[in-house]
Amino acid sequence: MKSLNELEEIRKRALESVNLRKDREGTRVVVGMGTCGIAAGARPVLLAFLEEIKKRNIQDVTVTQTGCIGVCRLEPMVEVYRPGEEKVTYIKMTPDKVKRIIAEHIVNGRSVTEYTIGAEEK
Amino acid sequence: MEDLSLYILDIAQNSISASATVIEIFVIEDEEKDKLVLTIRDNGKGMDPKTVERVTDPFYTTRTTRKVGLGLSLLDAAAKACGGSVVVDSQLGVGTEVRAEFGYRSIDRPPLGKMDDTIATLVACNPMVDFVYTHNTSRGTFKFDTRDVRQKIEDLPIEHPDIINWIGCYIREGLNVICGGGNT
Repeated sequence: MKSLNELEEIRKRALESVNLRKDREGTRVVVGMGTCGIAAGARPVLLAFLEEIKKRNIQDVTVTQTGCIGVCRLEPMVEVYRPGEEKVTYIKMTPDKVKRIIAEHIVNGRSVTEYTIGAEEK
Repeated sequence: MEDLSLYILDIAQNSISASATVIEIFVIEDEEKDKLVLTIRDNGKGMDPKTVERVTDPFYTTRTTRKVGLGLSLLDAAAKACGGSVVVDSQLGVGTEVRAEFGYRSIDRPPLGKMDDTIATLVACNPMVDFVYTHNTSRGTFKFDTRDVRQKIEDLPIEHPDIINWIGCYIREGLNVICGGGNT
């Protein structure tokens, strides 16, 4: 059975790596969590990002939410902001797509063009 | 929406938009009275009586980008479909309480869904907000409070992936005990 006391152990382990990144500007992943996004499946997408970040122990990425991004029919949508680069908007997201975006875009810096809003509109 | 936990996630967004700092979520499963009650209570900025009156109307919204607001309207429709209702109580400057009642055994009632995912998502995205989640069944009560977590992790941010993961597991385990492992 899980107990709150485990948190002290997790804290000790986590803090060793957290301290290193305090003032570095990192990548921001923003998930659309309006009614449209939630109904379309934004929750598993957001949790997949967190899971993948945890698994790979990536340090300088934050995952946050926003309201309706404005194109409800393309939800779930995710925006990725990397410092010094233009925002990339991914559409019709799934947990499977998340794995590729983490590997190719977040880690290696190349956006996954075929998942972007630009590809849809062609 | 596929299940009630997604409605809760959606309604809690309203509390966040209303600048709440504490959001309490109650789930009461009362099989004897054939009722499932969801309550989302916040200490946000609240609404005036006129706004409260129109809040389940899909063609009413305070947002300026578009003319429809579906969150509470969808919840209201879901509750009514299984013999229940939604009551919204609000006071300007004090907060808002949304209470949705569903017929527990109604064939049209959506399943509860993954409350662990809903709470983990809310905490991950809103680290400045405190969440209190209380779940009641005939087998007992489960309670989770982010303030207890904060006390243990001190200076570590609560949105740290390891903590969010722990929160999800903790809630899943707690619910397994009071829900008997079945999916309500």
